[in-house]
Amino acid sequence: MINASAAVWAEGAPTLQEVMPAEGVFSLIWLLIALPLLGATVLLLGGRRTNTWGPYLAVLTVSASAILGILMVVGLMDRGAEERSIGQSLFTWVFAGQFEANMAFQLDQLSMVFVLLITVVGALIHVYSLGYMQHDPNRRKFFGYLNLFVAAMLLLVLANNYLLLYVGWEGVGLASYLLIGFWQHKPSAAAAAKKAFIINRVGDVGLSIAIMVIFVTFGSVTFDDVFGQASEVNEGTLTAIGLLLLLAAAGKSAQFPLQAWLLDAMEGPTPVSALIHAATMVTAGVYLIARSNAIYDRAVWAATAVVVVGLITIFMGAIIGSAKDDIKKSLAGSTMSQIGYMVMAAGLGPIGYVFAIFHLLTHGVFKAGLFLGAGSVMHGMNDNVNMRRYGALRAAMVVTFITFMAGYLAIIGIPPFSGFWSKDEIIHAAFERSPIIGSLAILAAGITGFYMTRMVAMTFFGKARWEDDAHPHESPKVMTIPLIILALGSTFLGMALLFWGNIETWLEPVVGFSTSTSPLSTEAVIAISLTFVIIGSIIGWISYARREVPIVAPRGSLLTRAARADLYGDAVNEGLIVRPSFWLSRLLIWFDGRVVDGLVNGSAALVGGASGRMRRYQSGFARSYALSMVGGTVLVLLALVLVRLS
Amino acid sequence: MNPSNVVILSAILFSIGAVGVLVRRNAIIVFMCVELMLNAANLAFVAFARTSGNLDGQVVAFFVMVVAAAEVVVGLAIIVTIFRTRRSASIDEPNLLKY
Amino acid sequence: MNTFPWLTALGALPLIGSVVVALLPRSQPRLAKQIALVIALATLAMTIAMALSFDGASTEQFQFVETYPWIPAFGISYSVGIDGIGLVLVALAATLVPVVILAGWHDVDDASSRTTGSVKGYFALILVLETLMIGVFSSIDLFLFYVFFEAMLIPVYFMIGRYGGPQRSYAAVKFLLYSLVGGLLMLAALIGLYVVSANLTGTGTFDYLTLVGLDIDPGMQKVLFLGFFLAFAIKAPLWPFHTWLPDAAAQSKAGTSVLLIGVLDKVGTFGMIRYCLPIFPAASEFYAPVVIGMALIGIFYGAFVALGQHDMKRLFAYSSMSHFGFIALGIFVFTTIGESGSVVYMIAHGLSTAALFLTAGFLMERRGGSSVISDYSGVNKAAPVLAGFFLFAALSSLALPGLVSFVGEFMVLLGAFQKYMFVGALATFGIVITAAYVLRLYQKSMTGPLLPALEGMKDLRGREIAALMPIAVITLVLGLFPAPVLNVINPAVGTLMTTIGVTDPPTTLNPSTTAEGTQE
Repeated sequence: MINASAAVWAEGAPTLQEVMPAEGVFSLIWLLIALPLLGATVLLLGGRRTNTWGPYLAVLTVSASAILGILMVVGLMDRGAEERSIGQSLFTWVFAGQFEANMAFQLDQLSMVFVLLITVVGALIHVYSLGYMQHDPNRRKFFGYLNLFVAAMLLLVLANNYLLLYVGWEGVGLASYLLIGFWQHKPSAAAAAKKAFIINRVGDVGLSIAIMVIFVTFGSVTFDDVFGQASEVNEGTLTAIGLLLLLAAAGKSAQFPLQAWLLDAMEGPTPVSALIHAATMVTAGVYLIARSNAIYDRAVWAATAVVVVGLITIFMGAIIGSAKDDIKKSLAGSTMSQIGYMVMAAGLGPIGYVFAIFHLLTHGVFKAGLFLGAGSVMHGMNDNVNMRRYGALRAAMVVTFITFMAGYLAIIGIPPFSGFWSKDEIIHAAFERSPIIGSLAILAAGITGFYMTRMVAMTFFGKARWEDDAHPHESPKVMTIPLIILALGSTFLGMALLFWGNIETWLEPVVGFSTSTSPLSTEAVIAISLTFVIIGSIIGWISYARREVPIVAPRGSLLTRAARADLYGDAVNEGLIVRPSFWLSRLLIWFDGRVVDGLVNGSAALVGGASGRMRRYQSGFARSYALSMVGGTVLVLLALVLVRLS
Repeated sequence: MNPSNVVILSAILFSIGAVGVLVRRNAIIVFMCVELMLNAANLAFVAFARTSGNLDGQVVAFFVMVVAAAEVVVGLAIIVTIFRTRRSASIDEPNLLKY
Repeated sequence: MNTFPWLTALGALPLIGSVVVALLPRSQPRLAKQIALVIALATLAMTIAMALSFDGASTEQFQFVETYPWIPAFGISYSVGIDGIGLVLVALAATLVPVVILAGWHDVDDASSRTTGSVKGYFALILVLETLMIGVFSSIDLFLFYVFFEAMLIPVYFMIGRYGGPQRSYAAVKFLLYSLVGGLLMLAALIGLYVVSANLTGTGTFDYLTLVGLDIDPGMQKVLFLGFFLAFAIKAPLWPFHTWLPDAAAQSKAGTSVLLIGVLDKVGTFGMIRYCLPIFPAASEFYAPVVIGMALIGIFYGAFVALGQHDMKRLFAYSSMSHFGFIALGIFVFTTIGESGSVVYMIAHGLSTAALFLTAGFLMERRGGSSVISDYSGVNKAAPVLAGFFLFAALSSLALPGLVSFVGEFMVLLGAFQKYMFVGALATFGIVITAAYVLRLYQKSMTGPLLPALEGMKDLRGREIAALMPIAVITLVLGLFPAPVLNVINPAVGTLMTTIGVTDPPTTLNPSTTAEGTQE
């Protein structure tokens, strides 16, 4: 399937950058994390006193981090390309024997783009939430959790070693858990939160073991030590590390086979879905793979596994997205699919990393825009999520409609919208590795066109199928302004990063880059993928805008029904893991009570029973005691005599 | 005098005493049988002391007599008390000290 | 070196306090509580002062050593001294006692003298227990250790048997008998050890450092090791010697459970590190595969049984059993990281257990003492602060990175992985089941619709928050900055590794040039 030898594969792999000491604005790297952490602490511990001003404090801390991030990116741009990796060590964190992990940060080109994405999109979503969560009695907590999330996510991307990354990794998992289950009184939300956490924990096992393998191999868990010496390690070990990291990435990024939690995660408030389950946290897996490029470049099989997982998820997500009537779940399927693209690209080696990150950035912006747009629609429709009860909303919510369209055009990849540039580059890179991968990626692009057109058609076009008490209205300014900014990003970010920001040369020192030698020319790839996208879109348009959309979902084909059931991901987990676990649990409880404790209580009963028998011989008759004394004496005497005789 | 005869006498006395303790119910008789056993032991002590030619056995015999006297005092007091409360000197009746 | 008798003074203070409390008139329960709290806080302050004058870089294994002959004929002396491992455990005990007193302020208010003990009695017992805990962690004479080890049973027996739930006497007797069996085995081994020392050196002794220096015949080691190990395995408790724990935990007051599981059970794992490994190195290595097997079974067995529990306290008990599996695993893999991790894990587990039992105690107090999980739902809505602490405790129990339990758990797993790759990898899967049962409990009790019976439930009061807050803060601070603990543990572990003569397996690249474990 992959036609590249290891040597060709690793072409363009980066060399390790020298780490610069943190000076000037960069001595404040810790503050990037500390600000939102402070916000979270104040909001979560401050109690009701902070109800009035707390949410604004949360917006303020994230915005301050964003400004700090912008100052830092300016500072990095001022520096030469070889001086852009900056390290800051605070103190030794965990140490014993040979093991040492520092509380230390590393800001380089890769972390920098993530910092910007997290803080800027995060700040926008905080602002949007001011409007969206206005009437929620617990919104103080909501903002506290959001701030906690931003802090953890920044820790994840700024850590300079795997163990500290793990803290951020589970920290975002915790924030995600808290936010999915934010409306805890709904049992479905609480269950979804628990499910997300536990499935993520399976991925975390992968990360844990990966860190252990890394330590016993390299004697260190610091990125620089590991990547600098990766070439001295045999391929088998690297493959193991790569596969374990892939497991971790699959958990966090909702990739096959750990994808089942993401759709349920839509139980959380919509800004959460936008920030955590579309723009940032779910892309952490891509970050992990791209960050560990030195390992994957030398472990072709692990990289191939990454490509395969990515491809499977692209299609799973797309198929699920095509069948769901819940607008958020449909978008969640789409997120799975788009992250599948990124993961696949990250598995392609140095020709793919840059575009994986590129797509991650554009996707972060346009998908956040789409989710917030969906939230705006729900806000106007009494929180109804069923697209079959939408229709013809374009007149009722003009701003939402226009901004949603920008995101729509970006995700399906129509030039010059941002998604076009990034997705096209990924498809192009995929063709270089293998025509099969490339073709599949193009086919999936066609499906993307279909389900996104379906969504837009069902929501904004066609006839109104509103419920009787629905009075669609445009959302307040505090919500539409972030939408407009994100829509501008969806439109221009791709071009800006590619032509003005030179994303390839920016990221090359960290993740490496080699220009494509694809058999297909760029123009050909664009032409073919656009054709597929347009065909998909037309099918979607004909089926959902031209025809009447029934309010009650038709039974649908076998595939539709499977997709509505999340391709039976839950059923598989339930049948193979959850239920056997509870059977085992019940068996062990029985065993514990009857066998283990039974033995203990049994021996106690034995002693008790024996003593019950024995005491019967204490008859109280003095003469029988005397008889037994005589008998005993006789026995002793006999024994003595026998011993003497023998 | 052959000391073995004396020892045999002591054994016979002891056996009579032991059987008496086991088979008789009357506390007074049981008591007398106990005394018989003690004196059988004393006899054996004195006999062996004479055979081995030192006084240790004789001394022990005196000890036993003293203990026996003390025992008689306590034992008879108990028997009298039991007799007073139960109007009987049978030792099978007071069996309160059982399980 | 300081000549102030720190350890004796530290042990005597709560003992004097308990006498004072016990002598108070019955009609003054409030005064008894106040005195107990003041004494406990004073002990804590003294512990902190002692910890500050503890010299982490000292070359002596034990500091603050005091030795007075006790029964010279048998080589028994009153010798106390403390190393880093003992210090952190004494600190744990000294921290949890005031917390328990504060949290259990009204726990025994309904105690009448006829059926159960009196109010003052409970607090006096807690203080006596504190003395014994300090003693057990700081004895360096094996006989003295044994005396403290067995004496601890007495206050706990009364705390369960007089102040517990409806089945308290069953639980208390089971606990006592089970522990006595272990203690008896240990006594036999102790006498055996004395005889061995008499044979090897001419004069028998119970002095720890002398016994560690002995070169005991491996066959004899294997026998004596079993005596000590079984006592500790019952105390800890390791699978399959655990069945007293769920009963004891389910029947005791929250405070009793905290001291029992949080501190007392640590004596088991502490004993393994302090006595089993250095005195019987050959036997420890011989039995290591068995113990590691028991630990692994315990990790999963405890977790799976906890997954299906209907009773909160029993769930915590089984989860503790699972955690003790991790601790024992770290101890018996013989790597520096594993040993240090085990000690950190002990601290972390003490803290997380305390947080769990105390919050659960506050919760149950508001629902007539029921510990059945299905009696609760949607508590978060009525008592958000309580639910918040409950979640924090739950996260601490599932070793969320950033909390001290993560530091311990990860070090244990890493230490295990370093030596036995598959054991470490397998044990790591335990973290998934831990998350499953902990979050299942949280989901069932705290989220969802509020039960009508819980309507109007009061949130935590100031006193209760004051009891929980220190635990939460320590858990978080040590999770992000464990250096204060690691700085004192690591040298002690280094000495231990030298004593048992094991070096860490080198890493593939960059193996450290010094013999690890000896250097710090």
